[in-house]
Amino acid sequence: MLFFSFFKTLVDQEVVVELKNDIEIKGVLKSVDQYLNLKLDNISCTNETKYPHLTSVKNLFIRGSTVRYVRINPNAVDCTLLQDASRREAMQAAK
Amino acid sequence: MSSVQADKQTEEPLDLIRYQLDETVLVKLRGAREMKGKLQGYDSHCNMVLSDAKEYIYNETGEPIVKDCEMVFIRGDSVILISPIS
Repeated sequence: MLFFSFFKTLVDQEVVVELKNDIEIKGVLKSVDQYLNLKLDNISCTNETKYPHLTSVKNLFIRGSTVRYVRINPNAVDCTLLQDASRREAMQAAK
Repeated sequence: MSSVQADKQTEEPLDLIRYQLDETVLVKLRGAREMKGKLQGYDSHCNMVLSDAKEYIYNETGEPIVKDCEMVFIRGDSVILISPIS
């Protein structure tokens, strides 16, 4: 649940999602669910010449399982909060 | 029996990762990729957030491709291993 909450704090931020098939999609994160499925608005592909499939697509749903990375604006992340939340989640899992 | 177990803090494999929070780690990934960066968060699926990360993509022809990223989330199902680096 930690990263579900984490992504909820990133809603309305611009993110770059790299998929397992190497497609990179930049867009504004609009929503997220427990499977880390993502909804992006205003998208553009960063490697469009190589993957022109999505040129005319403006918003989309990404199945969480196809994601490799999500690049995030570092200013949008509270690192100490995230570290503490990770420790807390680890403690809870141990119980 | 259960009270003995409750008293003793048992070590789990993921505890090694917990000690690496705020430290630099090497993450080996599927698809001949590695990522080095400072561990900011993780969960039991090995989903992770790294800061000041460097990604290395290896191919047959010599030098790896290196990509920098200030803050990145890695989905746990791509992760092969996580190792502390000093």
